[in-house]
Parts: sequence; structure tokens; C-alpha cells
Amino acid sequence: MPTKQTAKKKSEKPKKNKSAPKEMITVLIMGKAYKVPADATIMGAIEYAGYQIKRGAGCREGFCGACATAYRLPHDYKIYTGLACTTLVQDGMWLAQLPAIPAEKPTYDINKLEPDVTAFQKIYPEIFRCVACNTCSKACPQDLEVMDYIQAAMRGNIEMVMDLSFDCLSCGMCAIRCPAEITQFNVGILAKRLYGKYLSKESKQLKKRIKEVIERKFDREFKQLMKMTKDELKKKYYERDME
Amino acid sequence: MYPEYMRPSLKKVAQTRKQRFELAKTDKPVFPPMSAEEREEVLSKFHPDYKPDSKRKIKIGVNKGNIFTTEVAEMLESRSRIKPDIFDLSKPDLETDILIIGGGGAGCAAALIAAEKGSKSIISTKLRLGDANSMMSQGGMQAAVSALDSPTLHFLDAMGGGHFDNKPELVRALTENGPDVVKWLEELGMVWDKNEDGSLVVRHGGGTSRKRMHSSRDYTGAIIMRTLMDEVRNHPEKIDVQEFMPTIELILDKSGKCAGGILYNLETEEYFVVKAKATIITTGGYGRLHIRGFDTTNHYGATGDGLVIAYRAGAKLLYMDSVQYHPTGAAFPEQIGGFLITEAIRGAGGQPLNKFGELFVFPREPRDVESSAFIRECEERGNGIETPSGRLGVWLDSPLIEMLHGEGYLDKQFPAMHRQFIRYGIDIATEPMLVFPSLHYQNGGIEINAKCETNIPGLYVAGEATGGVHGRNRLMGNSVLDYNVYGRLSGKYATNYAKSVKLGALSLQHIQTYEDELKKANIKTKLITPILLPSYTPEDVRKRQLTAQYEGTLR
Repeated sequence: MPTKQTAKKKSEKPKKNKSAPKEMITVLIMGKAYKVPADATIMGAIEYAGYQIKRGAGCREGFCGACATAYRLPHDYKIYTGLACTTLVQDGMWLAQLPAIPAEKPTYDINKLEPDVTAFQKIYPEIFRCVACNTCSKACPQDLEVMDYIQAAMRGNIEMVMDLSFDCLSCGMCAIRCPAEITQFNVGILAKRLYGKYLSKESKQLKKRIKEVIERKFDREFKQLMKMTKDELKKKYYERDME
Repeated sequence: MYPEYMRPSLKKVAQTRKQRFELAKTDKPVFPPMSAEEREEVLSKFHPDYKPDSKRKIKIGVNKGNIFTTEVAEMLESRSRIKPDIFDLSKPDLETDILIIGGGGAGCAAALIAAEKGSKSIISTKLRLGDANSMMSQGGMQAAVSALDSPTLHFLDAMGGGHFDNKPELVRALTENGPDVVKWLEELGMVWDKNEDGSLVVRHGGGTSRKRMHSSRDYTGAIIMRTLMDEVRNHPEKIDVQEFMPTIELILDKSGKCAGGILYNLETEEYFVVKAKATIITTGGYGRLHIRGFDTTNHYGATGDGLVIAYRAGAKLLYMDSVQYHPTGAAFPEQIGGFLITEAIRGAGGQPLNKFGELFVFPREPRDVESSAFIRECEERGNGIETPSGRLGVWLDSPLIEMLHGEGYLDKQFPAMHRQFIRYGIDIATEPMLVFPSLHYQNGGIEINAKCETNIPGLYVAGEATGGVHGRNRLMGNSVLDYNVYGRLSGKYATNYAKSVKLGALSLQHIQTYEDELKKANIKTKLITPILLPSYTPEDVRKRQLTAQYEGTLR
């Protein structure tokens, strides 16, 4: 997988002369060739070439999924996928960012769903068209087992869907490649919500604490704290004990 | 993979690990925490906010004469994208109860509460819904839930972290609402880390006296944000999400009440007049201003747009002299320079070390103190590690966490961090990370009270765009709590207000007034704001764009 490749080894010593010429390579941004630094990320390369990104950049650190990119490499028939913010360029890379992913997102009332297979049957019935081709997993830039969680959803195993889809960024590469036209990432979100709401064991202490707040248990102490001068507060702060 | 020349230093880190592990197993702090005097000293000598040219007086507007961070003052002393007289305000293109400016955590929370209480809203967001710093928080959210903890202890920690400059009423609302936010999010389907018995997993953060960091592996913000977004999209009849549609100016009515905004379609370049009974600003912070040339942990759109439009309309700002640098931004490899490395790494036992593999600071000082100590270690004491591109950094020893919590813990609890580094051949379970402070958070912002009200009637603000909640230094996990608590409160109070308010004729006069003030103060500037998007176009490319007109950073 190209997303698992390691970065090129850096020079051995700190460069004192920072203007030393950079090693450059050629990438084809939507088919147009540009010379860019060999150690750039795809996003860095696009900006280096002179593009002002509007669609195709978000958090820039691998959390938001705004920068899904498809690319091919020379003499290689494969389509690769990656996040532009964290994938490094390679010489001869032919790339295009996906500005948006057409995705199925039905509306639903989470309070009216059951935490089992019926939720998926109602909201995302197309998952039962899954042909187990595994294209979704191969397309995932996070290397998630996407097909496995769709299969788990078909079995109503919500916890497994939650766990396997946990690191999903909704970049949409799975959905755009899926021959069964499933919107995998939204299935994952539904499963996580069902798990959090219905299947995660209740915290008794949380319930207790909320009751205490409602019964204004901390009122007196708050009033005292709010009346304190800065110096009094400071004293109390530096004297407080640590867990 | 680390370059060969770093090997001797890495070896020292490995050599001292056993001894540091023994130390970490005791109840005592692994390094003495600083006293008030020691904190003051390291801050005044090494925190970037204390550099002589870091601040100056702002020359115009409500806060005229106040000391602001230099880059912020420059951003505010700027011109509008629009000429007010070309707009026909008598025929709004859209009308709604509440205009919510910003589609991050605070905006989504506000919209959900407004919808629940019967208001219709428009979310105007510059990028996609959820393209926000909210999405990126890794380590967790503070809330005083555990039996050993209390909202008042949380209050004290937050006040001390903020150097007692926080507005106490705001901190009380923040901390007292914490437990309820945990519950509210869970009812929406948030997956919190839990123990077998259902109790919530809690960790320490910098400056916390109790373990109260609630997490969702290290994708906490991403999971909260996707839960909120999914629910927002379940109510299209109540919440109209307008993406790639930033609000570039506020509209007031004749009597000075906020009455909506001018929206700008980034793609078709059209402007739209939106009339709203109440307006909530939830635009987040300004990390992309790269203050003092620092890298930032912030998302692409963090350009302080809310500050600009609010200030131009006459809203008062608070603590705009204070910037937060997160101690642990990545320093190597170069491609991830400045990226956030969650504080939860230190909460779980990770230790910052110098090039000799020695501890030099308590790992969980408040962020400004911790950052200053890192800078001192690198710049004054010369004990940092230099990267091939000339950056300096200190080690953050993550393998120690595996020794403390068992093998496989990092991969399970910090999958995002593990993934971030393994791409570059660094396995954080066996090798430390190299870190240096990175521009992280806008401590100050638009002044609010505990109802999210500003000095402009009908203008509410929530989340990072506000000032006062965190004083002059925010603690880890309090911003996630902040945007949930105040996002919800703003939705509630804006809805109440919208039910009874009567608006007069709409006006953009304040834009002309501000322009006149610029002239009077003899400020000659080409800067057009809000900035909307940062520009990373190289100079040589710009030079060849011979016929391009730049409006701010955008062509």
C-alpha cells in the first residue's frame, strides 16, 4: 500500500545552508505537470504549484477527510487513494482531488431505532447488496476493514461496526468505489451512535453527579469561590491536592 | 525514520527509561511542579507573548488603545470586502430566526438546541460542515464526573490555568454544565471510553488536579463532531446548512441590534442578504494567522473571521493580547511540522526529555508554562535536538506509556497518533516523538456573559471565538467542553430572544463608520478581511499572476 510507505530518508546532518536546492520531482495535477519538492505531501505540492485550495482541504492533519485524492503511478494499472494532507508525492504521480462525495444520508429519529439489524434494514437497506468484493477496504486511506464492518452491519453486530469503523474520516473513497453503491461511512456513523446511545453500559456515577448539580449541591462552595479575591483564589489553587 | 545523527540522543532516552519508569510508578510527581514565582519567571522570559514586539495598541474600534497581539491588531485594522451602498437591504434573500456563523462544534450544538426549542436556523459555514478545530481535538473533554472530583475543583483548576483572569461566572457555567454535556452527547450517540462496569475512563491533562479527561480513543473531537453533524443533518426542515458560504459582514438594524449578515458564496462569488432575528458567531479561532511565524495545529479555515465582523459592528473584545501555543506540536518529520500531538500522551504518562534523555519539567504544567519550559530548554540551555531542516525540539517519550499500561496500549488508545508517525517509519510504541510548541488556541475573543450575550443586542457568541472563559491560558479539554456548553446555551438564549424581538430597518452603516475611522486614524492598509482562507501560494507564482487582483488572500 502506498499509504504505508515510509518517508525518504533525510540527510544525515542538519543543513546549515537552508537555501540548498531541494530535490524536485514531477507530478501531474489533474493531468498538468508541475515540478514540486520530492518530500512534499500531495496538499503541499498542490499549493506549491500555485493552486489556492477551496474544496479539498480541512483539518490538514488527517482527521476530517476533506482531501480525498485518487492517483495512479507510472507503469502501474492500479488506482490508489490517499489523503492529500498526509500522503507523500511520488515521481510521475497522476492525481486528482475529489471536491465532494455524493452520499446517501437519510434522516432518522435515533430515539425510534432499535440497536440491532432492523436499524440498518430501515435506514441503509442497500448494505444488503454488498457483494463482498472488498474494494471498499482496498480504497480506504486509513486501512480500515470496511467490508468487514459492512458485513457486521448485515449481521446486526453493532459493536463490531463501531469498533472497525472507529477511525473512519468520512473521506468517501469507499462509497465512490463501491459497486453496490453503499455509503459505508454513514453506516459506520449510525452504528457508533446506536452503540453510544443504547449499548454502552451506563455510568452510575454520571447519573449521581448530574443529580447533585440539579439539586444545587455545589452552590455554596461556588458562591464562596466567586467571592474570593485573586490572591485568595491563588492561595487556594497552589495549596490544592493532586489525584 | 530518524536520521542517524539523532541515534546517540535516542539511545540516551532509552537508557534513562527504566529509571524514569520506576519514578512514574510512584505517586510522586516525576519532576517538581513549578511554584507561582517559577511559572512567572519562565513565562516572562520565554513565552512568545512576552517578546517586545508581540503586542501593540489597537488604533481604532471599541477597544481602541487596548493592547492586542500585533498580528490581530493588523487583521482588525483592515477594510471590508464590500461597499455597503450596493446592497438592497429592504429585500433580504433569505430570512430566518437565527443565523449561525460557523459550522463547527459550537455552531452545530447551537443549531440543535435552537431546533429543539422551535427556532429555524441557517448555518453559514466557510468550508464544509464540521471543517473546524472541533473535529481535530484528540485527547478529550474535561467534566467533573468522578467521585473524587467536583465542579468546584474543576473551577479552581481552570481559574489557576488562566492566571485568574477568567470571568468567574463563565467558568462556573462551564464547569457546572460539564457532567450534563457528557450525558447529552451520549444520548445523541457519542461513544465515550468506558471501563467494564460502565464507569467513564478519565485521565489527567495539564493543570488538572483530578483525572477528568473524557475521551473517545484519540479521535474524541472527530467522534463528537460526526455525531453532532449527523444529527444536524437529521433536521433539514429546521436547520439549513449553507456550505462554502461564509458570512463576511454582520447586518445591524437602525437601533443597533444585530439583524443577520451578508453571506458570500466562495464558488460563484455571489453575495446574499440574510435577515435573522438573532445571530450567533461560532467561527472559532485564528491559528492560520501564523502568529510570530509559528506553525499551527489549526484547521485550514481558522482565520479569525468572527472577530473581524463582530469588531467592525462594534462588539467588544477581551484578552486579545494572549495566544496559546500547544507544547507538543510535531517537530519531525518536516511534513507534519506543527501538527497536534495530544496532551493525553502526557496525561497517560508520556514524558518530555532533553537531548540527554533527562526530564527538565513536570510533564503536566498548564500549557503556557510547559511550552515556555520547552523553549527555554532548546534556546537558552541548548539541550534541544535539531532536525535536518533546522527546527529544534525535545523528545516526548511515548514508549514509556507502553511500559506503564501494557503492550499495545498506544495502538489501541492512540490510533491517530500511531498512524500519523508510522507513515514516516516512526513507531511511537518503540521510539519517542520530537516536539516543539505550535500555535494552538485563541485565548481571548468576543466578550460574552454566561448567556452568550455581547454588548450588541441580538449578537451571541460561543466557543473559541469568545473571550473570558479561559482567561489568558486555556487548559486541555476545556475547549471541547466550552463549545458544547456555550454552543447549547447560545442556542437557548438566542431562541428566547428571537421569539420577542422586533427588528427595524436593516443597515450596514457601521461598515462605513469603520472605514471613516481608518481614515481618521491615518491607517493606510490594503488588507481586506475577513481573510477567509490563508494563502500558501509561493512568491514566484504570485509574481507571475500578472493580471490577478488579490482581495486579501483570495484572487
